[in-house]
Amino acid sequence: MREALAAEGLDPDGVVLREVGTDGDAEREGFVGSPTIRIDGADVAPAAGEPAGLTCRIYHLRDGRVSPVPDPQDIREAIREAIK
Amino acid sequence: MNIGDTVPPFDLPATDGTDKGPGATPTVVVFTCNHCPYALAWHDRLLSVARDYGQRAVQVLFINPNDAERYPRDSFEAMKERVQADGGWAAAYLRDESQEVARLFGAKTTPDVFVLDAEGVLRYRGAPDSDYEDPAQEAAWLRGALNALLEGREPDPAETEPVGCSVKWLP
Repeated sequence: MREALAAEGLDPDGVVLREVGTDGDAEREGFVGSPTIRIDGADVAPAAGEPAGLTCRIYHLRDGRVSPVPDPQDIREAIREAIK
Repeated sequence: MNIGDTVPPFDLPATDGTDKGPGATPTVVVFTCNHCPYALAWHDRLLSVARDYGQRAVQVLFINPNDAERYPRDSFEAMKERVQADGGWAAAYLRDESQEVARLFGAKTTPDVFVLDAEGVLRYRGAPDSDYEDPAQEAAWLRGALNALLEGREPDPAETEPVGCSVKWLP
């Protein structure tokens, strides 16, 4: 995330880490798993239909592989969309 | 559980309706689950090991120890549905509802791989290979440990750091 921000000329320290510690917090936040990356509240890889909860999040890279983190290109595109 | 320790016998229910545990042949025990991206990323590589080494009398047991109350995707029913949807697996998929077996092994993550010799002695513990992102790794550490065991050598490395999601322990 920080690499992607720096690549777009943005402050890599502009990332705020938030711990979601309880099921209630997850429900309130609409948190569907760790890690969830949001830019101005928008998920970089929206997970339609996923239930809120304290779980590991499954991402799919653009080549179809399962990953614990979003595809870097998805992050870069979300940043570019946010700064349009 | 440390390298060189002997694992006490255990049996757990499998998705095929039987009870299974280590036998009189080398056994690979993989603590895994349905919902962890690391476990899913390594899954096909581990099944490939089960297919390849099953021909050499190695038994592969996948064990899901996660708390299914808080993580319903890891329920026994969900495990059965997953195996059925895949048309069966080359490895047995066992449910460790009480988490006693996971605690016995000291499992940390999904996946966390343990290789036992025919006498039940722990000979390898850790990750399947060095990179969950790279299918070309083909579970090289696990295959290396099994090759060593089957050829009468000591696995090298005998221990690597398990990588994955934490086991979801009961409250």
